[in-house]
Amino acid sequence: MSSVKVYVSRDSAAQAVGADEVAASLQSECARRGLTLELVRNSSRGLFWLEPLMEVDTPGGRVAYGPVTPDDIPALLDAGLLDGGDHALCQGPTEAIPYLARQERLAFARMGITDPLSLADYEAHEGWAGLKRALTLDGAAIVEQVTQSGLRGRGGAAFPAGIKWQTVFKTPAAQKYVVCNADEGDSGTFSDRMTMEGDPYMLIEGMTIGGIAVGATQGYVYIRSEYPHSVAVMNEAVAHATAAGYLGNSVCGSGRAFHLHVRKAAGSYVCGEETAMLESIEGKRGIVRAKPPLPAIAGLFGQPSVINNVITFASVPLILARGAQFYRDYGMGRSTGTLPFQLAGNIKYGGLVEKAFGITLRELLYDFGGGSRSGRPIKAVQVGGPLGTYIPESQWDIPLDYEAYAAAGAVVGHGGVVVHDDTADMAKLARHAMEFCAIESCGKCTPCRIGSTRGMEVIDRISSNQDRAQQVILLRDLCDTMVNGSLCAMGSMTPLPVLSALNHYPEDFGITAPSEQAA
Amino acid sequence: MTDVGSLFPSDSLATVRSVLERHAGEPGGLLPILHDVQDALGCIPADAVPVIAKGLNLSRAEVHGVVTYYHHFRTESAGRIVVQVCRAESCQACGADALMAHAEKALGCASHHTRADGAYTLETVYCLGMCALSPAIMVGDKLHASMTPEKFDRVVASLGNPA
Repeated sequence: MSSVKVYVSRDSAAQAVGADEVAASLQSECARRGLTLELVRNSSRGLFWLEPLMEVDTPGGRVAYGPVTPDDIPALLDAGLLDGGDHALCQGPTEAIPYLARQERLAFARMGITDPLSLADYEAHEGWAGLKRALTLDGAAIVEQVTQSGLRGRGGAAFPAGIKWQTVFKTPAAQKYVVCNADEGDSGTFSDRMTMEGDPYMLIEGMTIGGIAVGATQGYVYIRSEYPHSVAVMNEAVAHATAAGYLGNSVCGSGRAFHLHVRKAAGSYVCGEETAMLESIEGKRGIVRAKPPLPAIAGLFGQPSVINNVITFASVPLILARGAQFYRDYGMGRSTGTLPFQLAGNIKYGGLVEKAFGITLRELLYDFGGGSRSGRPIKAVQVGGPLGTYIPESQWDIPLDYEAYAAAGAVVGHGGVVVHDDTADMAKLARHAMEFCAIESCGKCTPCRIGSTRGMEVIDRISSNQDRAQQVILLRDLCDTMVNGSLCAMGSMTPLPVLSALNHYPEDFGITAPSEQAA
Repeated sequence: MTDVGSLFPSDSLATVRSVLERHAGEPGGLLPILHDVQDALGCIPADAVPVIAKGLNLSRAEVHGVVTYYHHFRTESAGRIVVQVCRAESCQACGADALMAHAEKALGCASHHTRADGAYTLETVYCLGMCALSPAIMVGDKLHASMTPEKFDRVVASLGNPA
């Protein structure tokens, strides 16, 4: 009889709540009882409130148990864990868990199912199908597929990927580059981290398709230093993919070259801005460049460069494998496809929810998230990272789509959703936004470098009621300067959380009189 | 002109030179070099800067500028155990400020400082990517999520006495 397969995730968030200890306890207890099992350290399903999650292969599919502690193992084995036996921690068949069953997983289709570094697993689950198709097409046809899919940059700016690729494709140069921005510094986001740790070959495949399409033979993945696990897994995956001929001088024997390098960042948030990232990869301080020239024309080392976020590249293999129309059929309006939303902060069921554009925040917060973790009313939700707006309940029914959010003065960004309950002090959070900008500003432009420090001071005066009415006018004026006078999104978007806090929660700033609220 | 590395302990100098050799010819290789030097020596000592500058044909100012620009790079060694507490928005929504206050008290050192006996360095970080399980900390290279002050004490106790 072959041994039973049991899955315990190796995702760093699962490890952070004890997955390694659970795996060790399972193995030692099984050894003690003379039970044999095959332990697979898979990627995470993204149902983080159930981590450490343990899944057991049964004839009826995988059965889930979670959250498991090392001390639960003996009782779980007594209850017939290896046959999918019933226990208080049993969640039933994994894929029937509503949180997972209601999702539309395209980029995260393999997540939680495969062993991240197993090439056999990747191949068995539609891996490399997009690259193989791309190798039968010429560059223009690959770019056309990406354009037709409607895929837009998932890092936050939502620029159409196909147009960017087209520009690089058409710009003649002896050396072009493909650069993946994996400097996922936004609080409340972890989809890039999960992808790199959990399905690294998907990112490699997407970048390789990009290289083949535009004629770039060198690629870089720029990964933040706060993600040491991602750096390690990507390095290992690049080595495996190179050894297996998916990267190198002749990708899949096609005679076309693509080499991939992993670059570890060094803890600078602004290096998530693409031109600061390029400076950093070139070995310099991460100072933002003025645009133009566009990086698509003069990017890394001054050469034409495709720069996209992890999830943008990760979406490409499926688009090539199944066709642009398949991808286009998801989403709404000009926001086609899906977005991996990340439920974070004070939320009961935090995790990864991949859905087509058009879902509302209320659905994410309650149908998936189950409300606040503290059980208190939700007060504010920051969507799109630390530079995104705080969204009050009156706006929770707006469909999550780039245009609808922009019309409301908000941003979808990288899909991070950070929940705050009614104990949140919005003036404090507004001050934090300014403080964060002051810490992380590259210093090149004045509105960002100095405006952020002045912003903290003004908010402090508002909070301590020194000329409050005047200071509120000053804060709005300062924000206007930052929005319109900054070189990049760091300075120009920091006012979004500040002003949304001020506009929607004036009482937290001590403002009650309507005259003080006038915009 | 004296050898730029003359004041530098010879084994450290050898380490820096071998790192430079390993990355020779790598385009934009300064960050990988600085990472390797810091991983090997615990920090990027001031005496390493001219050696690296010479090796890459850069000015000392350029190398110094890069070392001091990035939060990750240290010019002095950290304490024996580095404790990082995330204070980004998601963790703030789940009690990160109280956790940091607890950490300062429990470790006996302020944020961004190393305890006088060199046992701990306590740092603030902005996002460890554990946001579905906030608040999060990193101790050495090990992550801990869904933290509480009680769990913090257990984690620190499990490290033994680094003093």
